Amino acid sequence: MLSINREQKLNLLIIVVILALPSAALWLQEPFYITLMTKVVILALAGVGLNLALGLGGLVSFGHAAFFGIGGYVAGILASHAFNDEWLFSFFGLQVSGSSSMLLIWLLAIIVAAIIAAVIGYFSLRTQGVYFIMITLAFAQMIYYFAIAWPAYGGEDGLSIYVRNQLLSLNTADPMIFFAICFILLMAALALVSMLRNSHFGAALQAARQNEQRLAAIGIRPFGIKLTAFVISAAITALAGALFADLNRFVSPDMLSWHTSGEIMIFVILGGVGRLMGPIVGAALYVLFEYYLGGITEHWGLFLGILLLTVVLFARGGIVGLIAGELKHE
Amino acid sequence: MPLTLLFEQLLNSLQFGMMLFLMSAGLTLVFGVMGLINLAHGVLYMVGAFACAIVASLTGSFWLGLVASLIAAAMAGALVEIGVIRKLYQRDHLDQVLATYALILIFSEATRWLFGSFPLYLDVPQILATPINLFGWFYYSSYRLFIIFVGLVVAVGLYWLIVKTRLGMRIRAGATDREMIAALGVDIRTLYTLVFALGAGLAGLAGALLGALQSVEVGMGDSVLILAFVVIVIGGIGSIKGAFIGAMLVGLVDTMGRFLLPELLALFLTPESAASIGGALSSVAIYILMAVILVVKPKGLVSANA
Amino acid sequence: MSDCILQIKNLCKKFGELKATDGLNLDLRPGEIHAVIGPNGAGKSTLIKQICGELAPDSGSIEFLSHDITALDVAARAKLGLGRTFQISSLLLEYSALRNVMLAVQGFRGASYQMFTPMAWDSSLREVAMQALTEVGLQQRGDVSAAQLSHGERRQLEIALVLALQPKAFILDEPMAGMGAEGSKKLTEFLDQLRHRAPILLVEHDMDAVFSLADRISVLVYGKIIFTGSVADVRNNAQVRAAYLGEE
Repeated sequence: MLSINREQKLNLLIIVVILALPSAALWLQEPFYITLMTKVVILALAGVGLNLALGLGGLVSFGHAAFFGIGGYVAGILASHAFNDEWLFSFFGLQVSGSSSMLLIWLLAIIVAAIIAAVIGYFSLRTQGVYFIMITLAFAQMIYYFAIAWPAYGGEDGLSIYVRNQLLSLNTADPMIFFAICFILLMAALALVSMLRNSHFGAALQAARQNEQRLAAIGIRPFGIKLTAFVISAAITALAGALFADLNRFVSPDMLSWHTSGEIMIFVILGGVGRLMGPIVGAALYVLFEYYLGGITEHWGLFLGILLLTVVLFARGGIVGLIAGELKHE
Repeated sequence: MPLTLLFEQLLNSLQFGMMLFLMSAGLTLVFGVMGLINLAHGVLYMVGAFACAIVASLTGSFWLGLVASLIAAAMAGALVEIGVIRKLYQRDHLDQVLATYALILIFSEATRWLFGSFPLYLDVPQILATPINLFGWFYYSSYRLFIIFVGLVVAVGLYWLIVKTRLGMRIRAGATDREMIAALGVDIRTLYTLVFALGAGLAGLAGALLGALQSVEVGMGDSVLILAFVVIVIGGIGSIKGAFIGAMLVGLVDTMGRFLLPELLALFLTPESAASIGGALSSVAIYILMAVILVVKPKGLVSANA
Repeated sequence: MSDCILQIKNLCKKFGELKATDGLNLDLRPGEIHAVIGPNGAGKSTLIKQICGELAPDSGSIEFLSHDITALDVAARAKLGLGRTFQISSLLLEYSALRNVMLAVQGFRGASYQMFTPMAWDSSLREVAMQALTEVGLQQRGDVSAAQLSHGERRQLEIALVLALQPKAFILDEPMAGMGAEGSKKLTEFLDQLRHRAPILLVEHDMDAVFSLADRISVLVYGKIIFTGSVADVRNNAQVRAAYLGEE
C-alpha cells in the first residue's frame, strides 16, 4: 500500500512546482508571476470541475462557461451592490444587501450554479452524443446573450469590482495571500474529486460512461448519477469563476462565451481526460503559451491550435498520459 | 404597425433563413454521412468571405469574387479533410470537437497574420445596389432578394443532387449504412472528401454573400457557426430537409423576435424596460426554441434515416 | 393466477406496420424454468426488451410479483428483482471482473450515492462479489479487466452479475450463445440448480439445453405465443413442428 505509482509521483511533483514558483517569485520580488500562477490555479480549478463531468462521467459539456460566468457574475453583482451601498433587492420589506465577503460570495456562486446546472442538466441529460454537446452549448449561449442584453449589470461592457472582496481579516489584495486562498480551494476541490472518484458514487459514474445499459440493468439509474455529477461539476467551476472575477476585479460576458467553454475543455484535454491533475497541467500549459508566446507574437493562438491538434491526434492521454502511462482502475 | 414593415421583416427572416441553410447544409451532410461534428465549418465561411473580398477588389467584379469564394472554400475544405478530418472519423465526439476547435484557432490566427485585424470591405454589386419595388407596394433590398434566390436555387440543386444522381445515392447510402457502401466497393475516401468540399463550398458562398452586408473579418464565422448548429440540431442532424426547415424556423424566430417582442412587451411595460427585456428575450429566443424542441423530440424535427 | 411471479397480458408492440409483439400472453411460475423458443425474427428480443423496460409496449401489461411494472424504467424493474443477462455480453470493459460484480452488489444495496468512502474499502461488497464470481467459476480471474476476458468468461461474468442482484426472477437472453459444447454442458447443469433460487425465463436457441432444462416451453412465432406446454407436448405438437422445429 505504501508504494506509489508513477502518476502519484507526478501529482506530488506538480503540487510542489505550483507552490515553489510563486514562493520564488515572492523571494525575487516579482509579484506579477504570483498573479500569473494564481491565474493558472483558478483556471485549473475550473478544469477540475469540468473533469468530473467530462473525464469521469463522459459528459461532453460544451457549456461550462455558463457556470464559470455565473460564478463571476455572482461575485461582481454582490460586490457592486456592497460597494455602492445599494440593496441587492428590496421586496415587500424584505431587503437584502450586497456583500464583499468571499465566503458568502463563494457559497452563493455554488448554490446559484448548482440550481441552474440542475435545470440545464435535467433537460440536457435526456439527450445523447452530439445532441448533448449542442444543447449544453445552447443553454450557455442563452445565458451569454442574456448577460449581453441585460443592461443593469453592464451588458456587453461588463462589471468592475473596485476593491477585491474580503476573506475574514486577511489582506486579500496581497498577491501571495490571494494565491494561497486560491491554492487551498484548488487542493480542496482536488481532494473532493479524488474522493468522489474512488467512492461508490464514482464507481457508478464511471460505469455510466462505459455502459449505461449495464448500469440500469443492475438497478442504478444513470440519469440521477449523471445529473448529480453535472451539478457538482458546475458548482466547482462556478467557484473558479468567482475567484477569476476577484483576480481580474472585472466580469464580462466573455466569461460566458463559447470560447471560454472551449478553453476549459482544452485544459482538461491537454492535461489528460479523467486524470486528477490533468486540468492543472493543461491550464499551466495554456497560461504559459498565452504569456510567453503572447509576448513574442500576438498570434500565439496559432501555436496553441497546433499543440491542441497534435495532442488530440497523437497523444490521446494528454500530457499526464504521456508521462504516467495508461489510466488504470484500482 | 404598418403592414409593409411586417412584410419587410418577413422577407428579412427568409433571407436570414436562406443564409443559415447554406451554412447548415454542409454541416448536416458531414455529420450524416461521416458522423463528424465539425466546429471548423465557420472558418470555411470566413475563407469564402475573404476570397470574395480579395478577388472582388482585385478584379472589380463581385461575381468573380463569388465564384472564387466557392472554389477557395471548397479547396480549403478538401485540404483540411485530407490533412486532418480524415483521421477523426473513427474518433469520439470529444476528439472531433477539440480537433476542429484547434482548426478554428489555427485558421483564424493564420488569417489574422496574413490580412491583419482590420475588416475588409465588400460592396454589393452595382446591379443589386438599388432597392426594388415589390408589387408596387414597397421597396425592398434587391441584394437580399438575390440571397433568397440563391438559397432557393441551392436547396433545389441539393435536392436534385441527393435524390436524382448517382453521387446522391451514394451519399444517402453512406448516411444510412457505412459498411454497406464500403462493401459496394464505392471509393469511400473520395466520396467523403467530395461531400466535405461540397459543404465547405456552400459555407464559403454564404460567407461571401453575407460579407457584402456585414464586414469581412476574422471571427465572423463564429456566431454563424453556433446558429448553424442550432439549425441542424432543431432539424435533426443528418437531414438536409431538416436543415431547411430548421433554418427557416430559426430565421423566422430570430428576426421576428427582435422585431415583435419589444413591441409586444411595450403593451404591458414601460417603453424602457420593454426595450431591454425584449432585447434580452429575443436574443435567447432561438435557444429556447431549440431546448423546447429537443425536450419534445430529442433527435430533432426530421429523423435523418426516415 | 396471483401466485405467478411474472405475468404478461396482451402485450402489443408495432414498428411501423410490423407487429413485433402481437397480443402476447406469458407467465412465469415459482420454481420453474420457462423456455421461450422461436425462429429468428419471431420477436424474442423485442419481448425481452419490453419485459426489462428498455422498450415501452404500445398496449398490454406486465405484472411482476403482483406489481404492475409496465410503466417502470429498467433500473426500477431491476431493483424490484428482475435480473437479466444480455445476449451479447454487456459489461463494464474498463473495470476488473470483480469490480463489475461489486458494482452490481452496490446496485442491489442501493448504495450508489455514497460519496465519502472508497468503494475498494467496502469489504462486505467485495466478499459478496467474490462469492458470485466463485459460483460461476471465475474466482481466479477477479483482477482481470473485463475487456481481457475470453468470450466464454464474459458469458460467465454476465451470470455472476445477475447472481449478485439476488433476483426474484431470472430473465436469461440466450445464455448459451457462443459457448462451446463443454461450456454449454456446464452452464446447463448450473442453470438446473439456479431454478431453486428463483424461476427462470429462458430465451434460448440451444434445443438440447432447452429440452433438458425446461418445465414448460412456449413457442413464439410472428409476435404470438402459438403453443405452451411441457417438453413432451412440444415434441409431439404438429403445429410447432411445422412452424419451428421442422425448419431445423
